Amino acid sequence: MKLPEQVVRLGTVILALLVIVLSLRFFILPASFFSAQPHQAEKVVREMAKPPHYAGAASCRECHAEQFTAQSAGYHRNIACENCHGPSAQHAAGDKSAVPRVQKDREFCLACHAYNRSRPNGFPQVDPQEHNTRKQCIRCHDAHDPVPPETPKDCGGCHGRIARTKALSAHALLPCADCHKVDEQHMLHPRSALPTKPDSRESCGRCHAASATGPDVSKATVDLASHGGKYVCWECHYAHLPEGPK
Amino acid sequence: MNKREFLTDAVLFFPAAGLLEALALEAQGKELSADTATGYDPTLHWYGMGIDVDKCIGCNRCVEACKAENDVPDEPYYFRTWIERYTVRRDGKTTVECISTKPGPAKQAEPEDPSVVRTFFVPKLCNQCAHPPCVQVCPVGATFQTKDGVVLVNEKTCIGCRYCIQACPYGARYLNPRTRTADKCTFCYHRVTKGLQPACVEVCPTEARIFGDLNKLSDRLVRFQRANDISVLKPDLNTDPKVRYAQLDGEVR
Repeated sequence: MKLPEQVVRLGTVILALLVIVLSLRFFILPASFFSAQPHQAEKVVREMAKPPHYAGAASCRECHAEQFTAQSAGYHRNIACENCHGPSAQHAAGDKSAVPRVQKDREFCLACHAYNRSRPNGFPQVDPQEHNTRKQCIRCHDAHDPVPPETPKDCGGCHGRIARTKALSAHALLPCADCHKVDEQHMLHPRSALPTKPDSRESCGRCHAASATGPDVSKATVDLASHGGKYVCWECHYAHLPEGPK
Repeated sequence: MNKREFLTDAVLFFPAAGLLEALALEAQGKELSADTATGYDPTLHWYGMGIDVDKCIGCNRCVEACKAENDVPDEPYYFRTWIERYTVRRDGKTTVECISTKPGPAKQAEPEDPSVVRTFFVPKLCNQCAHPPCVQVCPVGATFQTKDGVVLVNEKTCIGCRYCIQACPYGARYLNPRTRTADKCTFCYHRVTKGLQPACVEVCPTEARIFGDLNKLSDRLVRFQRANDISVLKPDLNTDPKVRYAQLDGEVR
């Protein structure tokens, strides 16, 4: 039986197309044509090229050194300038028309300092309805160097986690000053006078050396000459929660 | 144009166009992966973030900064990062609320509630998993992991099928209403590749967030991991998240 000519022609065209498409898919086009990788590489470049809106505190320092110095000694030292003043990359790049915002309203300070039960212990908070209602915070407090109304009375006021840890340890009854020399200035401006740490093994040796005498001698004693080599005790033992007797 | 011409042109058009595009993209891909222009080598880094739950004060500054930096829609239900407030009660019940949907201080002081055992804030964001489920499910390869471990979404090839939004165990993705594509935290990829901190880390007032490079031995994040009890969210899913939480309460999921 002979096929009608139109069927043969159509069949040839379809066959040709099929051959072309399949060879295109499997032989002519490289495998990378079907891979998403070039698109992904292009996305990475596009993502990297996006301009940052936040300039970073380091670039503020170049011009505003005075504020920077005031701030870096006080309680707000960890707060980036742009936290309060808003994204300022444009301003930092020299665009005089882009002026960073100045936050003067109460609500802004209260976002961090309004009393909230979920905030960590020791974080300074006020009750917005009792604390000088309707007065701007910056009337009394310098935002660059805020000062608490009174000096913290004990170390746990700020170092709560250490105080809680120590309270459960064998060292619970030791006052902080036994090991750390704390300058009064540290309570006012924490970074200006840092407390000391014991710099010799003899400091712990008063209770823990095999040769120690007196009422406070610990049950865990070691021979200072042979134990631990050149290291100070707290480089291996955490004094706020020392290991129990083994 | 007659039928013969049309067929010849049509048949020739496809391989020509395909070849050209493939060659162009391949050339581009080679050039891009070398990345000589910026001098940034992604293979040297493996980015991660540390979050100290004890330090978070729930001020929402990170959420605002993230929205400003990355042009996230303003409506208070699109987030790349957000803060949850956990309240654990004496009867063992835990309530979680997202405080980022209503930023600003509460107008009324909460009454003291003796049934509350403990309560705290937990910042959340894309965990930039080392084995990301969202990348596995994407049908078009639009979401992928970069060599430095950041999961990105290519908004040009994303078809908006929302499969990745369903697959993310941390609810870190949303459909951007403007582009109609999936969107998520990028660790501020445009910032970190320039040596800056991500916007949320930059503005965090209590240093509750730490950004760093897990590849480097001497890195703040690595030290943070060494000095704290570290946990990750949903470790049982084996996604190996690179957002590491310190002092994380067992109730958090």
